[in-house]
Amino acid sequence: MTGPLQWARYHWQRMICGANRDDNDRSYNYSSLLPCGGKSSQTPKLAGKHRIVVPHLQSFKDEYEKFSGTYMNNRIRTTKYTLLNFVPRNLFEQFHRAANLYFLFLVVLNWVPLVEAFQKEITMLPLVVVLTIIAIKDGLEDYRKYKIDKLINNLITKVYSRKEKKYMDQCWKDVAVGDFIRLSCNEVIPADMVLLFSTDPDGICHIETSGLDGESNLKQRQVVRGYAEQDSEVDPEKFFSRIECESPNNDLNRFRGFLEHSNKERVGLSKENLLLRGCTIRNTEAVVGIVVYAGHETKAMLNNSGPRYKRSKLERRANTDVLWCVLLLVIMCFTGALGHGIWLSKYENMLFFNIPETDGHVISPVLAGFYMFWTNIILLQVLIPISLYVSIEIVKLGQIYFIQSDLDFYNEKMDSTVQCRALNITEDLGQIQYLFSDKTGTLTENKMVFRRCSVAGFDYCHEENAKRLETYKDAVCEDETFADTPSGSLSNMAKLRVHRCRTVHNGPLNHLAGNCLAAGSGEGTSEVSHSRQAAFSSPIETDVVPDTRLLDKFSQITPQLLTPSDERVQDPPLETLDIIDFFIALAICNTVVVSAPNQPRQKIRPSSLSGIHIKSLEEIRNLFQRLSARRSSSPSLASRKEPSFGVPNAFVSRLPLFSRMKLASPVEEEDTQMNENPEGSSDSFCHEEIEKELSDVGLTNGKVESLHGQSLASNLCYEAESPDEAALVYAARAYQCTLQSRTPEQVVVDFAALGPLTFQILHILPFDSVRKRMSVVVRHPLSNQVVVYTKGADSVIMELLSVDSPDGASLEKQQMIIREKTQRHLDDYAKQGLRTLCIAKKVMNDMEYAEWLKNHFLAETSIDNREELLLESAMRLENKLTLLGATGIEDRLQEGVPESIEALQKAGIKIWMLTGDKQETAVNIAYACKLLKPDDRLFILNTQSKDACELLMSTMLNGLQKRNQASPEQASLTEDLCQLPTPQGSELPAGLIITGKTLEFALQESLQRQFLELTAWCQAVVCCRATPLQKSEVVKLVRNHLRVMTLAIGDGANDVSMIQVADIGIGISGQEGMQAVMASDFAISQFRHLSKLLLVHGHWCYTRLSNMILYFFYKNVAYVNLLFWYQFFCGFSGTSMTDYWVLIFFNLLFTSVPPIIYGVLEKDVSAETLMLLPELYKSGQKSEAYLPLTFWITLLDAFYQSLICFFVPYYTYQGSDIDIFTFGNPLNTAALFIILLHLVIESKSLTWIHMLVIVGSILSYFFFALTFGAMCVTCNPPSNPYWIMQKHMLDPVFYLVCVLTTSIALLPRFIYRVLQGSLFPTPILRAKHLDRLTPEGRTEALKKWNVAGKMSDVKSKFADHSTTPSGGRPVSGPSSVFAMKSAASRAAGQENLPVCETDLDPDMPKASGMVGPTKG
Amino acid sequence: MAMNYSAKDEVDGGPPSAPGVTAKNRRPDNTAFKQQRLPAWQPILTAGTVLPTFFIIGLIFIPIGIGIFVTSNNIREIEGNVFMYYGLSNFYQNHRRYVKSRDDSQLNGDSSALHNPSKECEPYRRNEDKPIAPCGAIANSMFNDTLELFLVGNDSDPMPIPLKKKGIAWWTDKNVKFRNPPGEESLEERFQGTTKPVNWLNPVYMLDSDPDNNGFINEDFIVWMRTAALPTFRKLYRLIERKSDLHPTLPAGRYYLNITYNYPVHSFDGRKRMILSTISWMGGKNPFLGIAYITIGSISFLLGVVLLVINHKYRNSSNTADITI
Repeated sequence: MTGPLQWARYHWQRMICGANRDDNDRSYNYSSLLPCGGKSSQTPKLAGKHRIVVPHLQSFKDEYEKFSGTYMNNRIRTTKYTLLNFVPRNLFEQFHRAANLYFLFLVVLNWVPLVEAFQKEITMLPLVVVLTIIAIKDGLEDYRKYKIDKLINNLITKVYSRKEKKYMDQCWKDVAVGDFIRLSCNEVIPADMVLLFSTDPDGICHIETSGLDGESNLKQRQVVRGYAEQDSEVDPEKFFSRIECESPNNDLNRFRGFLEHSNKERVGLSKENLLLRGCTIRNTEAVVGIVVYAGHETKAMLNNSGPRYKRSKLERRANTDVLWCVLLLVIMCFTGALGHGIWLSKYENMLFFNIPETDGHVISPVLAGFYMFWTNIILLQVLIPISLYVSIEIVKLGQIYFIQSDLDFYNEKMDSTVQCRALNITEDLGQIQYLFSDKTGTLTENKMVFRRCSVAGFDYCHEENAKRLETYKDAVCEDETFADTPSGSLSNMAKLRVHRCRTVHNGPLNHLAGNCLAAGSGEGTSEVSHSRQAAFSSPIETDVVPDTRLLDKFSQITPQLLTPSDERVQDPPLETLDIIDFFIALAICNTVVVSAPNQPRQKIRPSSLSGIHIKSLEEIRNLFQRLSARRSSSPSLASRKEPSFGVPNAFVSRLPLFSRMKLASPVEEEDTQMNENPEGSSDSFCHEEIEKELSDVGLTNGKVESLHGQSLASNLCYEAESPDEAALVYAARAYQCTLQSRTPEQVVVDFAALGPLTFQILHILPFDSVRKRMSVVVRHPLSNQVVVYTKGADSVIMELLSVDSPDGASLEKQQMIIREKTQRHLDDYAKQGLRTLCIAKKVMNDMEYAEWLKNHFLAETSIDNREELLLESAMRLENKLTLLGATGIEDRLQEGVPESIEALQKAGIKIWMLTGDKQETAVNIAYACKLLKPDDRLFILNTQSKDACELLMSTMLNGLQKRNQASPEQASLTEDLCQLPTPQGSELPAGLIITGKTLEFALQESLQRQFLELTAWCQAVVCCRATPLQKSEVVKLVRNHLRVMTLAIGDGANDVSMIQVADIGIGISGQEGMQAVMASDFAISQFRHLSKLLLVHGHWCYTRLSNMILYFFYKNVAYVNLLFWYQFFCGFSGTSMTDYWVLIFFNLLFTSVPPIIYGVLEKDVSAETLMLLPELYKSGQKSEAYLPLTFWITLLDAFYQSLICFFVPYYTYQGSDIDIFTFGNPLNTAALFIILLHLVIESKSLTWIHMLVIVGSILSYFFFALTFGAMCVTCNPPSNPYWIMQKHMLDPVFYLVCVLTTSIALLPRFIYRVLQGSLFPTPILRAKHLDRLTPEGRTEALKKWNVAGKMSDVKSKFADHSTTPSGGRPVSGPSSVFAMKSAASRAAGQENLPVCETDLDPDMPKASGMVGPTKG
Repeated sequence: MAMNYSAKDEVDGGPPSAPGVTAKNRRPDNTAFKQQRLPAWQPILTAGTVLPTFFIIGLIFIPIGIGIFVTSNNIREIEGNVFMYYGLSNFYQNHRRYVKSRDDSQLNGDSSALHNPSKECEPYRRNEDKPIAPCGAIANSMFNDTLELFLVGNDSDPMPIPLKKKGIAWWTDKNVKFRNPPGEESLEERFQGTTKPVNWLNPVYMLDSDPDNNGFINEDFIVWMRTAALPTFRKLYRLIERKSDLHPTLPAGRYYLNITYNYPVHSFDGRKRMILSTISWMGGKNPFLGIAYITIGSISFLLGVVLLVINHKYRNSSNTADITI
């Protein structure tokens, strides 16, 4: 009852809102509101519409009504219909479909008396039934939404009440803009509001946005500047400010506005101040905010777009065939019209046949023929399958139901299964030809594991850590269990710790998670429960076993620096300082949130830690100041060599070899080693002989030191927005440089040797994809200087390093050497597939900082083009950096990825990897996941100019074409791009690697063809350094120019555009949030699920649906033609020999369910066989089940069957006294049997459901015919079926005719299928035989199959030579190389690779003695 | 199934559970149906598997065909009841506008329809402001020739053969579907206020003297109203009943057919025929069905042999999967 009212109110409000908003804009003069204060010169330009929010209080009553009263309130309504408008609106929507309009036209046509073929009402029946079914479906869906809306609208929150002067419980729907809302911890935010108060003394509030974007990590929000300092809770009565902000928009990452106090002072507002509807308050006792956007104007609701509708390839195919049917219909109707005209002209004056009109005049044959055309259209309308569209929709729902029920897609850990978000493209899954995959998080786990680092030019390869990971690799599947793994001293503790985190979080919070979710977008946010777990890193990421060598250097710090009185220590090595700085940067240059697991998500306060080491701190500070001063002067290399002798370090002195290495000057030492060991460069550190010794020491060392800091450190959990940040913090912790707490103002780092250091944070420049780096500006507690720590992509950081050092040539030279070495290490890391980051720092003096701050402040407070200003400001800060070191983080491959990729490639799918990572990393991951095979030929496109790119591509193409002389015409350029030469199996598989910059050229119009032609030769393509936009452009290019079916799979926000462009977008619900999932058509939890999704479900869905569609065409043509043949014997007068009701119900009832069941349950080959033989997928790619030829053959068969079905009874009853409807009855009955048995012949598997439905259909037909024949005495004139069926049931001739007709009609199809099965079976048919075999027999047959397949392949495989795909893939440097190397030459080039690479993929056979195939 | 499905949340990724309800386990049920592992009959159509089918069809169809053929051919013997038909050719009784030009309610004795026939009867609905009973083109064009059969014996006086008028229509038509207007009065009074169809010589209540075969329930009329399916058709006219088992119904001899010619067929190139026939369990004489059965049975048998050869030749390859490509 309330429905219509709500609706009316809602729309009324919308209207009013719109009108008033316009008024506001006109009458509202900004200048009058602008402050006259000191900041007027910086008045931000306001563009577009703005919204003014004033408190919903007495003092603002007038103003409130002026502005806020017109804003939407917090009631939401996501339903499309209400009780009142359901019928008209649903009809309106349904008649947007062309098919429905066609049938409406038919209904209208039948109301024209002259052409009327049936009773008027009967023609409406199919349309009404179809419309009703869809309306019911829509209605149920809408009702579900309505119930959810109601639930959400009636949630309770605390709103400040004017009258009561306190916070009162109110429903969400009653919240209005300008209301003050007070939320406690774990409550869901009901509307977008500006944060005014938090119980947190620092004015911070943590929110969890999983309801919005699925990201479960905590995000910080800050109280509006100026309010954070207030001690007491903000009093709404004393709040006299107004807020001005943007009009509602859907950008979650942007909020611009300002808060204007009564004294006209302005405070800038940013997204940091905005609490978004649908998020949950965490870690904060209570917050107070003022609502700025409510209801449908909140960002969450504006982001809420419904499920996506795409049109599948098969459906497009079917639509063209529907058009053919239309043509056929017109031809048939025209034949009828012509025939009737001719027939009538013979008997024009014969009143028997040409019955005059009411007024007595006789219609001329021409006119009668014209009318007959339309009559025939009504009569033969069933030729256009009206029920096809409904059936397709139902079948797809059934298919989706089965996909979602598949147990294999269930991920135990996340309690999630596949999500089908697009409802109508299931069959496209079976036709994919190109797959575009993201790398990080899609192929890899996106679990970042710290692997190596390089500090001040030294590489630390973390052998022990690698060993630990090796053991994890085996245990990774059961990391939920408490298996006691001998993986370092900390791991067990860590496991317990992690477990504790998880159990705690499975507690009551889940309720709220659900709550928040329901309140949020309402779409696609079903991943909450599992993502909560993902918030905490697994032990594999958290436990880093320190590198002994580095640890040793570390331990050196302590005694040295804590005894500044020691006169001999004059010049602590620069390296040591770098190490300290390096780890401090790792610990603080991030946005990690620290929480202790025993108090879930309770922030660690720094207070408990402060003031312990005051005395020593003071001393350390002095030291630091001295050191940095000296460093900026000119330290001599020689002088720094000496003081290290006699360092009171027990470990060092015990190990002369070790100390020698360590004490050498970093630069010289490296140099000498390189001289000694020219082929091995930095690897010599990890020489086997010293390794053992070192690890012994290291372990003891680590254990001893771990004891004290551990108790506290192990209780900390780090949550980061990106997992590699956390990995770095964990790595720092391994070296006793523990991040203890973080607030917006300060960071506390417990540096083992130096004690807790409190860094005052001056600024954080967050990471963004343009700058590819982040920076923190801190005041160093020791030196009291302003230090900028920057962390970012190596390519970016390297360019920002200071080039001109005023302090002297030697330091500069040293820096250059460090830089070169680090670059080399970075290349090494990348070759091993590690993600690299550079760490750098910059020391500023206070003057510089103040200058920068001033400009930065301007940028921060501007409302418009703030982004650009902030970027510029960041650029001003992040320059002239000093390189500290680099890190290598491993992103491990997901389980089953290589197998899946292999299967998909076997299935004939070309896989492209599009990644933002650098070339070396990308190529190595490509090898690791078997995207590239060791004996693949590799083409590398990496050029700096378009011309070079063009030249290179033509060289490559020429080379390829020469090699493929066997088919010269193939290689020639064809007019049509979709007919690009597709190299056959006579070639070795090739891979193409292209970098982002070159891709830019290749995507240009003039080079597109060449590029595509080149890629056509390649089995795999890797695009590295690709931007999100490029990713989507690549997909678009391939999709549009090659006219192929594309699938894009990704997990992050950077994949969204590509997912949206591809024919099918698949999102991986991983750790990078939900944007990809929200944009996707299907969401899976792991990459390996893709193979079953495509190979099994895709194949099934495609085969099922195409067979069903073909069957529908067949069915309708076969049936309708019976009527058509009869026209030849009734003077083309449009008589139907079947009762109209039977005619209508034949399609609607008697033969409608079996094809649907067939479309849902048909199983041509079992899932196991499909998985074992990925080649079977190729039939779908070539659309073998539904080719144009198949369609015409089907139609031909339909014509034949209808001819038989008509003429067998015709000749049987020829010349007898049979009447029209008695003649029609055996015809109709035989047609029913033919149509149903045809389905049985076509079915590859028949379950009891099929049987039930088919028998049910036959029974329902007879039941209807008998009942109707008994009841209908005078009804339904003139086709009166009275007692006809009863009479026939007693007549043996009836049965004889039906049996004969059915047999003759089905014989050709049956023979065809039999001969096909015996003489020329398709691969699918052959595979079907496998299903019948016993498991042993199947294995045997599979072997034979594969052998047969291989024999047919001209290319020989060198499977035995497959080498480890880990490090050592040939990768050319940054300079462009046209690499058409043979595997042998590549293997030779591996000698100079670091030895440490062997640890990367310990489960793979070692790349020893690699002898590649000499072919190529 | 579809409805069951759409009630689920996953359709559009909606919220999985209402607030306050614990998140349920999303693990799909491991049932044969949901996992698509229902036991199924998987027919593989190869020569080997379908061989028996063809032989069986052949073995069944050929005897049936022979049986039908023999039965059909035997029909010529004039034993038992003999049916007398009149045949018309090129008469399109199945023309759409002709077929619907009738009012079943009127024929069923509905008195309102009697006086106000359906519009479908136009232009044979009213004549001179009186409703036509029975209305419509079908009734209007009723066959009205009279056929009389005489046996010309040895003596000069031809002996009329008794032709039975009743029992030629469907029992259900005569007793259920067609009814005279209700009333106790005479048939003429019951049809008062109506007029005869234009082409008729007599009104409907004067079709026969027998009150049980007059008016709408006149069987000649009922038979005519069951419109023929094809333009060349026959309609049952009279029954010649067998008198005793000893004599044939129509003994051999010369017969004389007297036709009262009322019905013109020249205008549409029509032909009139008179057919005398007995009837078997399969109706009148028609060799088609028998021949068709024999043919199909033979073809099927032949195909069976062909498949046997194919099966023999290709058995190895079709039963296992290892066919060389």
